[in-house]
Amino acid sequence: MNLSKILKNAFLVVIFGLLVTACATKKSVKTTTESSTTKAAETTTKAAETQKADPIEKLDALMQGDVYIGSDTVGELASGVPDRVFFATNETILTTASRETLRKQAAWLRQNSDVTVVIEGHADERGTREYNLALGERRANAAKDYLMTYGVSSDRIKVLSYGKERPVDSGSNPLSWSKNRRSVTVKAN
Amino acid sequence: MRNKLLLIFVLCFFLKPAISYSLVEIDITRGNLDPLPISVSPFFADETSKEKIKKNLDIDNLGLEISKVIENNLRKTGLFETLEKESFLQKPDIAHLKPRFEDWALIKSQVLITGRVTSKIINEKDYIRIEFKLWDVLGAKMVDGFSLTTVPTNWRRVGHKISDKVYERLTGESGYFDTRIIYVAEEGPKTQRVKKLAIMDQDGFNTKYLTLGNELVLTPRFNPTNQMVTYLSYFRNMPRVYLLNIETGKQEVVGDFPGMTFAPRFSPDGKKIIMSLAKDGNSEIWVRNLETNIQEKLTDHPSIDTSPSYSPDGKYITFNSDRSGYQQIYIMRSDGSKVKRISFGKGIYGTPVWSPRGDLIAFTKLHKGKFFIGVMRTDGTGERLLTENFYQEAPSWSPNGRIIIFYRETKTDDKGQGFSAKLWSIDLTGYNERLVLTETDASDPSWSSLLGN
Repeated sequence: MNLSKILKNAFLVVIFGLLVTACATKKSVKTTTESSTTKAAETTTKAAETQKADPIEKLDALMQGDVYIGSDTVGELASGVPDRVFFATNETILTTASRETLRKQAAWLRQNSDVTVVIEGHADERGTREYNLALGERRANAAKDYLMTYGVSSDRIKVLSYGKERPVDSGSNPLSWSKNRRSVTVKAN
Repeated sequence: MRNKLLLIFVLCFFLKPAISYSLVEIDITRGNLDPLPISVSPFFADETSKEKIKKNLDIDNLGLEISKVIENNLRKTGLFETLEKESFLQKPDIAHLKPRFEDWALIKSQVLITGRVTSKIINEKDYIRIEFKLWDVLGAKMVDGFSLTTVPTNWRRVGHKISDKVYERLTGESGYFDTRIIYVAEEGPKTQRVKKLAIMDQDGFNTKYLTLGNELVLTPRFNPTNQMVTYLSYFRNMPRVYLLNIETGKQEVVGDFPGMTFAPRFSPDGKKIIMSLAKDGNSEIWVRNLETNIQEKLTDHPSIDTSPSYSPDGKYITFNSDRSGYQQIYIMRSDGSKVKRISFGKGIYGTPVWSPRGDLIAFTKLHKGKFFIGVMRTDGTGERLLTENFYQEAPSWSPNGRIIIFYRETKTDDKGQGFSAKLWSIDLTGYNERLVLTETDASDPSWSSLLGN
């Protein structure tokens, strides 16, 4: 077909391209000027706000900050020895309650010196798969290090990260996520 | 794969017009506001060939089926409007010989594809010969075409090769139809998902399962140069990176590492695998040369360093690290030197994947409780978010760098029900978001290179 038409079409495309670029620029400016800093804690708070279905008192009783403090998923490594500890979003720090649980585990393991364990590290579903694998490994090692401090030899403890692959609670809300951010000590023999 | 690549190019006739491009040409750098009307005439087959093919493949009208493969491919690009076959005035055999262009112009078709299928016997074996022609209706001339001879079972691949040729001819970009997608097929409740490696043609056909689901498998990735795959398997509860030959089924663990290895990806030349090693609560990025078996640590930082991806020239690696406090995207030279943070926007950034064109990095972003798939330039500027959802991640590029495939998970209800994971694709323009159909739930997609012959 004729050349002028081709040129006309090309010209229209260029104009359109400019328009698209202009729009895109405007949009990105808007994105970057959005207020406030983004920290994981804030993300969770926002998510919590959207979960109006959960009564606030109930959440308060089961979570401190965003660490789970309830007991409905907790099993026993041995009688009176809880099998798991919980973490805040993106964190591997052991809370006071977690340290108490791990001291009980260490005492029991010292008394039962033939037992070996696997510490499984887990993350919630609100992170990318690969990062969560690393995070689970870090959480399991936080628990392992603490057991070692209390006299359990490292060759009795294996760590295994599942990342976000094995949640205990299939809910998509802050309480479910808090139950899934955990490390679980499992007897291996 | 069982599909032996027996495509023999018997004859390739590229009848290039005097000027290098005809009028019909599409600019794919913009959205699909004005798709090009195109007619794909059913491919014609004589009665003898029809009977032979019916015997071989149990397909009554292979010519029609091939035209549907092409139509489906082109329509899903969002760049073409494929016209209804009912509106076609000319018979397939006559149109293939010499279209009456007025008839096709009448139904507003700007481009016409015609073709012909013939059965052949070579060395006492059955083959099919498929010939296609691409016509410019307004210019009233043929602009491209070729013919291929192959084993009958390869017929869908011929449809993909024709689609690639048409796409290349009309957009000036290389195609992506004769490709496969490897992914993780998922089944079962959210708390006990069973996961298998699966592979399918780019258009969702010919799904094959490569593992049985006995152990957890994650993050398969293609070697860009051949049919090898690297992935993470929890075989014997030892999460390690494996190498799998999808043609022979042979697999082996990659390297001998004292801890979990994960997040593997090939180098562009296919000779190395980069991955993370997690040990004593710290994840670092390592590279292992598959030819020399030399492995080397590239990062050295007490934070989590993972999700590495090479630049297409192999000189740089992008990865994510939480060394600043939260996950952000970094680049470094491929020897681990000159580490530089490139993401500075609001939110958490992960899974950087370098575009095959080299100019962009695709990523996942978490901001204010929402997940985004986006792209940025390799210096971190020009961030553009393509899609927003409750949860989505793991972008993988089409081989021509025009489309990103990823997976998306749904939010469960109050009772924890309603979970699903699906593959989606979106154009780099941010338009043309599409569900990629899979037999089961699916995640962790990886797009192969063009398959070649």
